[in-house]
Amino acid sequence: MCLALPAQVVEKRDGDEAIVNLGGVRKAVSLALVPEAEIGDYVIVHVGHAIGLLDRDEAEKTLALFAELDAAQAAEAALTTGGAAT
Amino acid sequence: MKYIDEFRDGAIARQLGERIHAEAHPDRVYRFMEFCGGHTHALSRYGVTELLPPQVQMIHGPGCPVCVLPIGRIDLAIRLALERGAIVCTYGDTMRVPASDGLSLIKAKARGGDIRMVYSAADALKTAQAHPDREVVFFAIGFETTTPPTALVVQQAERLGVKNFSVLCCHVLTPAAVTHILAAPDAEQHGKVELDGFIGPAHVSIVIGSDPYVPFAEGWHKPVVIAGFEPLDVMQAILMLVRQVNEGRAEVENEFTRAVTPKGNVAAQKVMDEVFEVRDSFEWRGLGVVPHSALKLRERYAAFDAERRFDLHYQPVPDHKACECGAILRGVKRPTDCKLFGNVCTPDNPVGSCMVSSEGACAAHYSYGRFRDIPIVPAAPQARAA
Ligand code: SF4
Repeated sequence: MCLALPAQVVEKRDGDEAIVNLGGVRKAVSLALVPEAEIGDYVIVHVGHAIGLLDRDEAEKTLALFAELDAAQAAEAALTTGGAAT
Repeated sequence: MKYIDEFRDGAIARQLGERIHAEAHPDRVYRFMEFCGGHTHALSRYGVTELLPPQVQMIHGPGCPVCVLPIGRIDLAIRLALERGAIVCTYGDTMRVPASDGLSLIKAKARGGDIRMVYSAADALKTAQAHPDREVVFFAIGFETTTPPTALVVQQAERLGVKNFSVLCCHVLTPAAVTHILAAPDAEQHGKVELDGFIGPAHVSIVIGSDPYVPFAEGWHKPVVIAGFEPLDVMQAILMLVRQVNEGRAEVENEFTRAVTPKGNVAAQKVMDEVFEVRDSFEWRGLGVVPHSALKLRERYAAFDAERRFDLHYQPVPDHKACECGAILRGVKRPTDCKLFGNVCTPDNPVGSCMVSSEGACAAHYSYGRFRDIPIVPAAPQARAA
């Protein structure tokens, strides 16, 4: 019920309507709640409406955080196994 | 899919699991409530629970709109279709929620009620335009995510002068439900759940922002971490909660910065506020009557309010006696504590609302978790000659 997905705006039509690309599927949604959305932006789509914008920089930051964890864990593992990396 | 797959990486999930293991003190218990059914679904579907140490316990909250819809409200919608001849439009999951007299919307449809599933509120309005000679009622449910689309459609109906359209409004408010769980005014009757923090709603927070949770951190000293619905989001949020507890902090933190801002979607809040006002009280399935926890149409839009148009009067109806949905939605019981779980009550034949939507605690556990309940017994050593 609450599931909503990020989709890219590929076309803006008359009124509030826009076409988004949802994993390869084109779908008409309303941009009435996110009027600032432009072509190329990712919006979060729920019950036929874009309810918010997806901030790509913030998405990258979150992913970078996971990558850091990855690196930190690799370094720790290297240390505990006797510094094989050095 | 972009911005989905990256947040489902199994290797990173395992690393996050290791971090949580490393940082959660073995001699204390961490009880976190995931408010949203979307999180419940993610925890079960991706086996996140398995990556957590035993002292980190996840407790399901009430955040599935289908689960908290009380029987009496569905009865109103069914009666509109069967007795008043209205076309009732609603979201798919709502169709299967058990109501009175062994009915549900889908069963009422089989009895001749004109009940239609719609994907969006706008489709309900289109139905009204296509049938100007019939009354069309949109049975609107959901938290703050589905509310702005309903508000838009009411405004649009007014603009277009559609006279045969109305909304049976059952929209509910998230912060009110969190307050109710923390305050537990009926703890003597139902027991109180001890909580060390909340995973805050994902999509609801896109609309309302992260600021409305500040009172829970400051006033109740409960950490809140808003998280997206993908498994890495949920795990990162759990790690952030563990850290807050360890450091004795209670703050609102936001893991879902890619979609949630402190103030939320102001345009959406504005349209909600134009069309709706807060009800004095509203009955939730499981939580009982919760003050200031739901919305109704403002006087200005009275013509589109199905309750006024059809002079409807809400009658509370108790849940099935053996169904434990109420306690589960409060976080005091688990699906397996219910005698009906998995035998009488299944997703194909739900007795209670928690078994209906895939975000309901019982349905999530039935689909993804029930085999984990079966203890793995090592095979008896075979008496084989060495
Ligand atoms: S298993 Fe069915 S009857 Fe039991 S609590 Fe869940 S929904 Fe209710």
